[in-house]
Amino acid sequence: MTDATEMTQEEREATLGGIGCARKRKEDIRFIQGKGNYVDDVKLPGQVFGDFVRSPYAHARIKSIDTEAAKAVPGVLAVLTAADLKPLNLHWMPTLAGDTQAVLADEKVHFQNQEVAFVIGEDRYAVSDGIQAVEVDYEDLPVLVDPKQALAEDAPVLREDVEGKDNVGQGLRTHPNHIFTWDVGDKDATEKAFSSAAVTVKEEIFYQRVHPCPLEPCGCVASMDPIKGELTLYGTFQAPHVVRTVVSLIAGLPEHKIRVIAPDIGGGFGNKVGAYPGYVCATVGTIVLGRPVKWVEGRIDNLSTTAFARDYHMTGELAADSHGRITAIRVHVLADHGAFNAHAQPTKWPAGLFSIVTGSYDIPAAHIEVDGVYTNKAPGGVAYRCSFRVTEASYLIERMVDVLAQKVGLDKAEIRLKNFVTPEQFPYTSCLDWEYDSGDYHTALNKVLEAVDYRGLRREQEEKRRNGELMGIGIATFTEIVGAGPSRNCDILGIGMFDSCEIRIHPTGSAIARLGTKSQGQGHETTYAQILATELGIPSDDITVEEGDTDTAPYGLGTYGSRSTPVAGAAAAQAARKIKAKARKIAAHMLEVGEKDLEWEVDRFKVKGLPEKAATMKEIAFAAYQNLPEGLEPGLEAVNYYDPPNFTYPFGAYLCVVDVDRLTGEVKVRRFYALDDCGTRINPMVIEGQVHGGLTEAFAIAMGQELTFDETGNIQGASFMDYFLPTAVETPVWETDFTVTPSPHHPIGAKGVGESPNVGGVSAFSNAVVDAFAHLGVSHMPMPHTPWRVWKQCAALGIGE
Amino acid sequence: MIPGAFEYHRPTSVDEAIALMSQHGDEGRVIAGGHSLIPMMKLRLAEPGHLIDLRDLDSLRGIQPAGRCIEIGAMTTQQEVAVSELLAEACPILREAALLIADPQVRYCGTLGGNVANGDPGNDMPAVMQCLDASFVLRGPQGEREVRARDFYEAAYFTARAEDELVTAVSIPIPPAGHGYAYEKLKRKVGDYATAAAAVVLTMSGGSCESASIALTNVGQTPLFAEAAGQALVGTKVDEAAVARAVEAAKDIAEPVADMRGPEEYRTHVTGVMVRRAVERALTRARA
Ligand SMILES: Cc1cc2nc3c(=O)[nH]c(=O)nc-3n(C[C@H](O)[C@H](O)[C@H](O)COP(=O)(O)OP(=O)(O)OC[C@H]3O[C@@H](n4cnc5c(N)ncnc54)[C@H](O)[C@@H]3O)c2cc1C
Repeated sequence: MTDATEMTQEEREATLGGIGCARKRKEDIRFIQGKGNYVDDVKLPGQVFGDFVRSPYAHARIKSIDTEAAKAVPGVLAVLTAADLKPLNLHWMPTLAGDTQAVLADEKVHFQNQEVAFVIGEDRYAVSDGIQAVEVDYEDLPVLVDPKQALAEDAPVLREDVEGKDNVGQGLRTHPNHIFTWDVGDKDATEKAFSSAAVTVKEEIFYQRVHPCPLEPCGCVASMDPIKGELTLYGTFQAPHVVRTVVSLIAGLPEHKIRVIAPDIGGGFGNKVGAYPGYVCATVGTIVLGRPVKWVEGRIDNLSTTAFARDYHMTGELAADSHGRITAIRVHVLADHGAFNAHAQPTKWPAGLFSIVTGSYDIPAAHIEVDGVYTNKAPGGVAYRCSFRVTEASYLIERMVDVLAQKVGLDKAEIRLKNFVTPEQFPYTSCLDWEYDSGDYHTALNKVLEAVDYRGLRREQEEKRRNGELMGIGIATFTEIVGAGPSRNCDILGIGMFDSCEIRIHPTGSAIARLGTKSQGQGHETTYAQILATELGIPSDDITVEEGDTDTAPYGLGTYGSRSTPVAGAAAAQAARKIKAKARKIAAHMLEVGEKDLEWEVDRFKVKGLPEKAATMKEIAFAAYQNLPEGLEPGLEAVNYYDPPNFTYPFGAYLCVVDVDRLTGEVKVRRFYALDDCGTRINPMVIEGQVHGGLTEAFAIAMGQELTFDETGNIQGASFMDYFLPTAVETPVWETDFTVTPSPHHPIGAKGVGESPNVGGVSAFSNAVVDAFAHLGVSHMPMPHTPWRVWKQCAALGIGE
Repeated sequence: MIPGAFEYHRPTSVDEAIALMSQHGDEGRVIAGGHSLIPMMKLRLAEPGHLIDLRDLDSLRGIQPAGRCIEIGAMTTQQEVAVSELLAEACPILREAALLIADPQVRYCGTLGGNVANGDPGNDMPAVMQCLDASFVLRGPQGEREVRARDFYEAAYFTARAEDELVTAVSIPIPPAGHGYAYEKLKRKVGDYATAAAAVVLTMSGGSCESASIALTNVGQTPLFAEAAGQALVGTKVDEAAVARAVEAAKDIAEPVADMRGPEEYRTHVTGVMVRRAVERALTRARA
């Protein structure tokens, strides 16, 4: 059917723009022209605005709220308080972690900037004037910002609403400010290993409170059609389908009457997974007023109220034999969850996937205990560009391995090579019960060591040290666990964490695919199209990828935890394979041969042994609507819901070289070499972009990002004046590299990469900084490594002058 | 992040601007580049009822020699200061300091007059002006007067300028040819105010220091003219002992507050480091 004058197989392959090709991103055409469509670009007829009166106190009783003056401000339409939401039972809302969170403060405020009242007005000016006119009378209460103090015997009770309850969703409580204890591993075996160990090390490792800080903050436009009784909710949602279900459950609206649309999203990094009071108040507002209500938070609101990340006070211990072979790991975590337990993890995992803490190492015994604690700080605890609590775990083990290396006098590369899971051990089951799908850690690290001339660097460091100069070399060899996840161990509110793809092939051979995930900058429109291009033989340019509209896309759990490629990417491949199976039937009919006589080549089915006899996918698509074999239904469509059999385990080896100015404490990153293995590489350019972005965020976290609180609970650093967002000037140059160890269980062998650089990066920077001081007996330094902290270390060692 | 309501005025002459200022008293506020004022208004930390926009006052723009001084109009932007050939030649510390202010976007809008009139200890130009012994030309309903930068700053956001006075220009005595200079600023990132910064201008003659002037940014309620620190260098070869005395003298007057940039102890310490580095660099630039 096809003439032979056309392109060669290689040329056809190249035209597809499929898996492995570094094609440009389809979405960038609109982004670089400023034509993206973000929530704040949504402008509906009759739309009004809402924003919050926020508490200046971190802990106070609300004695009264006077809204009269605010209501009298020209342009103000309504002022909502907890008292108004109470009859609707919407003054509190459930969190993803089984707790409840005040939508508008009910009798008490629990953290600074907490939402106290919601003012709705014709424009943002009227709303701001209205906010200023609301008078709230507070009686301040003693404040707890330190989780250790929160557990003191005589500590003030923060959450009076759950006083006396022995469980708020994630386990038994032992103190009024305690949320849960999560305990995994073999305590006895671990204790035994420690008591018989030749060497043990212990370190207090605090992973500071940071914030994902996407460029676009959170927001929504809620619009109720009072005639049809239908609610449309536009919003910055990483998981739009889950939002629809949650809104239905909270607001009591039938789910089919709710349409959730996540338009273009300007970065999420975990910040846009949760449900926030703004969504509820805008929804109530539109129901009450019959007009669309927009709420978009400002930068200070974003940094101080919508979900933060980390705040993990970890105590790590390793036991080892005299050669530095690790025999056990023990970790205790005091997890500061703030005022409400609203962290976003798969529901059954109170510390997410923290039990990946054995990392890339073959450790026979482990025991972990995590205690969640309430404090007078904003709620959250999301995975900021990492799979659930993986960066915390990875930071702990990567730091501890360095601590151990220093104690036993081993080189920091050598101790890793010595303890790695070996290639023959895969699939490898860790002592904490994760089945690592594939990996080759030795090859990865050795490649990096060679690329940077590791020995040469260590020699240079020796020399520098002799001259009193501080140079550090940091290594991180991380293992990620991404692609949540198998429904047997992962769910959100009881919904299994599968994902989905629906494909329709049009008669002329182009296609549309819809998926249950939601890109926030990851480039899904491009990479999914590339998977489909290779699977279906349709050029990626001819495939539209759509996500984010719950009325059109199949149900999925959204994008976070590097799950899109491992889960929805797999669904895409599987759906495509269904289509291909039907296409084979049609091709056999078209070519008048049996299905078994056909073989697939790039974009067509060929008759075996008769290469000129072939039907292209384009031809088959047309035939699907016109020339079908008996009994086959017309059309060429498929849906796949993919419940992954396992997580995927991307890994990498990073190396960072720093020079420290001992007089100012400034740390200069001289070199950063990042090798990532994410299995099959779909688009090397997109991967490179993800790695650059992830490393830049890791750099920000390790070197500057932190949200701190003074003793009265005032949040500090919650604006761009202080919160460290590196610019191109501060950002180091990234050198990237890769190995390819495909996932054996994923349809195309891909593993997910968006978060690896953040997980591995933070420890690499931190290890480099500490390494600069290692010869002076320093084994750990607290993050972030801001100049003043690093200088304090210098001063303590007497080298700061 | 929405400012309160205000009336907007755009005078076309300096006299008109001054008349508006006296008419509105503490309800009025002039706006130049807006890059300090507007952020404050958005946070409602400043809520002027009347904004008097100076942008049409072309007579307040420009960089001219005026005898032994250079006069820079208040509405001259920081960018114009950074790229002026005249300044690069005659008073290059201004270019060096201007380029350490914020980022290009801010420098294209922000003015020299706004930077010195603002009274924020974080601003860089005030200390540079103290170092250069510049004066600010103030004009009000009563006429014109000049106040030395070294006498201008009283406390954070409080200056010698009366409510109805406009800064019309900055007058800078041209430093002697062959002077050495440096502005050293420690900051966390581009666009950040100083953790500590030091401006140094010195002259050398026959291997010894003839004059030296040192001023500090963001380590007190106001910019600090470190007179004793400068004096510690004069008459010396600017050797290690003299530099150490200058550093100590500068640290003695530094009174930084603890903030996210670091605790007091650190900010005082790096004040010394900035002074040392600025002196050392100025020395390499000075013609003996
Ligand atoms: C992100 C960012 C980073 C910054 N970083 C720095 C930095 O590193 N270093 C630094 O020095 N500055 C920095 N700034 C401030 C910037 O330089 C401002 O432009 C400058 O401080 C004020 O100048 P302006 O022309 O913008 O004044 P405006 O903001 O318009 O005015 C500031 C104040 O001065 C008064 N005023 C202005 N002109 C006059 C006049 N002619 N007479 C009397 N009163 C007047 C106003 O009434 C107001 O009170 C930064 C600003 C931003 C937004």
